[in-house]
Amino acid sequence: MSARRSLIAMSDLDREDVGRILRTATRFGEVMERDIKKVPTLRGRTVINLFLEASTRTSTSFELAAKRLSADVVSIKGSGSSLEKGESLKDTILTLEAYDPDVFIIRHPHVGACRLAERYTSAAVVNAGDGTGEHPTQALLDLYTVQREVGPIDGLHVAFVGDVLHSRVARSGISAFRMMGAHVTVVAPPTLVPRHLGEALGAEVSADIGDIASADLVYVLRMQRERMGAGGFVPSLREYALLYQVSHDRLRPGQRVMHAGPVNRGVEITSALVDDPTTLIERQAGNGLVVRMAVLYDLLAEPEDAPFGSGALAAVSA
Amino acid sequence: MGAKVLIDADQVRRTVARIAHEIVERHPDPSAIALVGLHTRGVPLAMRLKRLIGEFSGMEPAMGTVDIALYRDDVGVGGGRRGVVPVVGETILDFDITERPVILVDDVLFTGRTIRAAIDAIFDYGRPPQVELAVLVDRGHRELPIRPDYVGRNLPTGKDERVTVHLSEIDGSDEVLLEEAP
Repeated sequence: MSARRSLIAMSDLDREDVGRILRTATRFGEVMERDIKKVPTLRGRTVINLFLEASTRTSTSFELAAKRLSADVVSIKGSGSSLEKGESLKDTILTLEAYDPDVFIIRHPHVGACRLAERYTSAAVVNAGDGTGEHPTQALLDLYTVQREVGPIDGLHVAFVGDVLHSRVARSGISAFRMMGAHVTVVAPPTLVPRHLGEALGAEVSADIGDIASADLVYVLRMQRERMGAGGFVPSLREYALLYQVSHDRLRPGQRVMHAGPVNRGVEITSALVDDPTTLIERQAGNGLVVRMAVLYDLLAEPEDAPFGSGALAAVSA
Repeated sequence: MGAKVLIDADQVRRTVARIAHEIVERHPDPSAIALVGLHTRGVPLAMRLKRLIGEFSGMEPAMGTVDIALYRDDVGVGGGRRGVVPVVGETILDFDITERPVILVDDVLFTGRTIRAAIDAIFDYGRPPQVELAVLVDRGHRELPIRPDYVGRNLPTGKDERVTVHLSEIDGSDEVLLEEAP
């Protein structure tokens, strides 16, 4: 019983873990087709959703995922909680720890919030987005979506376009696609690419939007104006759009487009492309539920005592 | 660690055939029932029974599979190593379960907890008129009030011993082994 199994960064997983989680997600897809879309796996467990930054997709799908697994779920938002009165993250975790939760799902505006939280709780911690840090469950659902809609990831060429600097989606996504054997190119103005990103994550870096031509998948990143402060990263959003906006004109037939949402229509991507049913954007949102169920399932620990009968289960993983 | 062969390939074949005959005897119209194999080794057993019942009676039952990983009562959250939770297998019940008597099929009956979980799992699909249980080996040590309707062999075992069933579809050969506790 040494390390607890939290999921805070993609580096907490290896290729085998990712494969297993994606396979489990497929099974949960089957559960979602039943009359009773609920299984008793986490019955009696407590899951606390602590969302201290705005979220629609992630908070909804995590809450529903925990409920479909029969856990008791408490969802706490930044506004309306004692955090508004100035309570620190540490004290919030310590307070909630009194209710003996099994899993904390945390979204926070600052990098490293989940690692900090992990120090003050014995529960497993799942990162639902920490500032410009990581967003591993988004990366997993992106892989799941590509596997289902496009095909095997090994050997695929993926281009991430736009504000990589502020994007936890890109940070987790590039690691995840690289881990699964994809070739990754980052296309962005140099001011929006972290230094040494190419070497650190094994991606090619380009400032020329023309370099998306050879990609099978074009992953468009949101311009995160709320994280840009006084600006200076791009001369103007209009100029950014002129040079880097992904549109039908800049794509060749057969290229698939992804975006984690929320979308700034007319900035990083054209409105017409967002509404084009051949993009994967809607599928990504829909797949969040089964992938997050699989992530929660994967936190379950091995049985501590005797094996569960000596029949079917002992050898299931073989 | 020595493993003793309790049932050899020929005995496995005859035992499965006998269970098939017993099922036909109790269900004169096998096409109205469903065999549901429990992952992993209940699935090939159910497939063999389906084929044999078809041979003996001319009518084949419906066939499904159930995986109980999501219905277990013995897993915790948090500690432990990653990747040691059971892989979730496929549950396929593509017939109307409310209209068919269901026969659950598994290789070894031990504590009964697996069967409890399987019953819970199939009830999430509907309310079958009847549920029966067929097992290749009953090794005793029940922890729940569950009893099989069709038993291949009763094997008295120690609680620490391990009964391992090998089936050719998965393991390359048919045999039932008894292993001493490590």
